[in-house]
Amino acid sequence: MPSIEAVNLSKKYGSFTALDSLNLKIEGAKCVGFLGPNGAGKTTTLKIFTDMIRPSAGHAMINGITVHEHKRKALAHCGALIETPEIYPSLTPSEALSMIAELRGVPHSDRSRRISEAIEEVKMEEWADKKVGKFSKGMKQRINIAAALLSEPDIILLDEPTTGLDPRGMSEVREIVRSLKQKSRLIFMSSHLLNEVSDVCDEVAMIDHGKLLVYDTLANVTSKFSGDGSDGSVEIGTLRPLDEEILKSNVASIPGVLSFERIDVKNARVRFSGGPESQERILVALVTMKIGLISFRPSSSALEDTYLNLIKDTL
Amino acid sequence: MSNSSQTEESKEGNILPSSVSQVGIVTKYEISNYFRSRRFFILLGIGLAISALLTFLIAHYGVSSFGTTSLDFYSGWWGRSATFIVVFCAIFFGGDAISGEFQNKTGYFLVGNPIRRSSIYIGKWFAALAASLIILGVFTAITLANGLYYFPSSVPYQFEESFVFTLVYLISALGLTFFFSSLFKSSSFSILVTVILLLFGFSLIEELIFVFAHIEPWFLLSYGSEIVGDILTNPYPQHTIQTTGFGPGGRGPTFTTYNPTIPEGLAIMLIYFTVTAVLGLVLFERKEFT
Repeated sequence: MPSIEAVNLSKKYGSFTALDSLNLKIEGAKCVGFLGPNGAGKTTTLKIFTDMIRPSAGHAMINGITVHEHKRKALAHCGALIETPEIYPSLTPSEALSMIAELRGVPHSDRSRRISEAIEEVKMEEWADKKVGKFSKGMKQRINIAAALLSEPDIILLDEPTTGLDPRGMSEVREIVRSLKQKSRLIFMSSHLLNEVSDVCDEVAMIDHGKLLVYDTLANVTSKFSGDGSDGSVEIGTLRPLDEEILKSNVASIPGVLSFERIDVKNARVRFSGGPESQERILVALVTMKIGLISFRPSSSALEDTYLNLIKDTL
Repeated sequence: MSNSSQTEESKEGNILPSSVSQVGIVTKYEISNYFRSRRFFILLGIGLAISALLTFLIAHYGVSSFGTTSLDFYSGWWGRSATFIVVFCAIFFGGDAISGEFQNKTGYFLVGNPIRRSSIYIGKWFAALAASLIILGVFTAITLANGLYYFPSSVPYQFEESFVFTLVYLISALGLTFFFSSLFKSSSFSILVTVILLLFGFSLIEELIFVFAHIEPWFLLSYGSEIVGDILTNPYPQHTIQTTGFGPGGRGPTFTTYNPTIPEGLAIMLIYFTVTAVLGLVLFERKEFT
């Protein structure tokens, strides 16, 4: 089972403490969002996991292997995208990915196929043989994402992967992350975009001033820390237009539901109390109603509430 | 690289290459990067311009302006120019080789992979050496073509020795520039320091030591590299030469000038390479991508 673990991980720059005894263990195939304000220690954590910086104390482990003692072994099954790396400008995406494939020992017989697939996945087929030097930041970021996925690693560390991408690119990256979840990967992704995290992540870890504030499932975190501590909200999407009047009365009768609010013709927000048990009950009830339910997710506003509550508390 | 030969197959069928193989991979892609870079062609142009100028001067003023023997010819051509070519190669290919990884963020593309930093450092060093050897090779070919045109009978064995010493100088100069490149995170700063040091700094220090300290400058790389030109003079210059000047009352002060012996020159260059290579590697291993 893929795993990453930070054990008493600390990083100091002079008198500034970027990470303060961070303890975090993530196991299994899932997507974990890593949230925190600027300077909270997100990138520092990811850089320590990829040996770009050294911890002042503690250690970072990937699949039980300490990164700073056995870097090659620890990172052999881990793909990473930290910040926005630059690629040698005279290389083409195919060549840059070929270098990564060779360094990571992708079998020669498989190399062309994997490079083509990676380029296809990030929608850069048209640019595969053009020099990277002339690419925009977003195009380079797509190649960097392809490089992180190329060796089909068990663990993928992404540091704000949608940085520099246009809305379509951001959406495509989210789609890539979702598809990786289907392939049983552990994805640890830092982001400033709460809707992005609530959209693709199963769990969330929040950090501020180098300290871990919370690590739990998205549903638990939002139900525990948003609003009065017991409320939550979910956004539902339906195939057919919603009949607000009928739904309002039907949904309101589900135990735990506090309010029902239509967002647009096919989307609505349900606020509830009672944590994940209520959430499950609401989901079952909505499915039973046969309203053409096609999406059901904790609303970003709940995560936003949680984020603001937690971060505010540490100021 | 104690575990360099260890390989491990992942479930995706990937077999991580040894650290030595990774050095080769980095070298290969760095060389292709160099061959497409403007700086390679600028340096090639400089080498060709120096060669063209020397060819023109000899054709215009006659080969006798360099001397009467083939050794004089090679001394005048190679002895005065080869070290400049080496210095330019070291600055162009080594000056920002490592600092550029930080400043341009290209390091972020490589360092997060299962590869030791030492493999990146050594791979880049070999690529810089290969690119420099091509420039030096072109200059050597033009030197020999002119040499054989004017003195077709033979190439003096001293030229072969001087060529080997030039290679040793290239290796040590690249070691030095890579060290400074590891020391700084700014490309322009590391290039500036190596330019100042290799083009003016060493010569200036040597001059000051000659004037004020009167000691042998055995600790300067430029002093060690003098064997490149010295071997092309016959007889080989004496290690110490004492010159007495003329003062108001007759004999003036005595000056001592030094010439490195061949073993001394080789030792200086090789020690420079060893020390700077180790220090550069340690610095790169410890430097953080902040």
